[in-house]
Amino acid sequence: MPTLTRWFIKAAWLHLLLALLLAVGLALPAEARPVPWLGRLGPVYFHLFMVGWVTQMIFGVIYWMFPIISREQPRGRPFWGWLVFVTLNGGLLLRLVFEPLPAETLAAGDGWFLVASATLQWLAAVVFVTISWPRIKEKYRGE
Amino acid sequence: MPRLSRWTIRLSFAYFIAGISMGSLMLANKGIHFESSIWRLLPVHIEILLFGWTVQLVLGTVFWIAPRFWVPPRRGNEAGAVAGIVLLNLGILLVIVGYGANLTLLIIFGRIAELGALASFVHHIWPRIVSRQG
Repeated sequence: MPTLTRWFIKAAWLHLLLALLLAVGLALPAEARPVPWLGRLGPVYFHLFMVGWVTQMIFGVIYWMFPIISREQPRGRPFWGWLVFVTLNGGLLLRLVFEPLPAETLAAGDGWFLVASATLQWLAAVVFVTISWPRIKEKYRGE
Repeated sequence: MPRLSRWTIRLSFAYFIAGISMGSLMLANKGIHFESSIWRLLPVHIEILLFGWTVQLVLGTVFWIAPRFWVPPRRGNEAGAVAGIVLLNLGILLVIVGYGANLTLLIIFGRIAELGALASFVHHIWPRIVSRQG
């Protein structure tokens, strides 16, 4: 299992743990929540689950298991894979911090952090698809 | 990787880019409000990422990875898998158009097609869920 896949998979499990922790908080009645903004974390919970866990796990396994490109660079230049890891997780962390903020705080300028989060996650997806596309093939034939 | 898996996985990647682009637009819009009607994309965003990306990728990968038979045809009768993939994509398109045009009937037909897709695919894959000695 390549190093990057190990990072993807470990990060995916951490995202799942965090998502389930949020699920506990979201299940509490409003008056029992330790902080009032916990109730605004619904979308964050869902995206930690579907992007942080499911999609990140998929990324890690595809990077590991899909047919290789060549013996010299089986999975292409590692830089691009690491860029996917950093942008995906960076984007999700920005979302975790800034999405629960009240609308007036976002309107005062912090909303741009959500734009950055959206851009980073989109970039992760585009780079991942770009580096994985050549690996959707029958098998490595030695060319 | 067999041809059906290659096409299915390529389709799932295309849906992934489409779905995450919509999600990114909605998230950015939450940060710096620029278009109220963008929230109408939400059900399409969910449909594309759940069925177009996740379910489709799983079906394509399972068709490739699941144990094969010792004697040809190694993946058995592939018709069920092919029908499953075709129906899945038909269902996704019907649901997307249904949401876009606000036509409940199309959404219902789309969901029925997705149900048929999974039934057809499971019918194909069931005999391949065996041990190596199977």
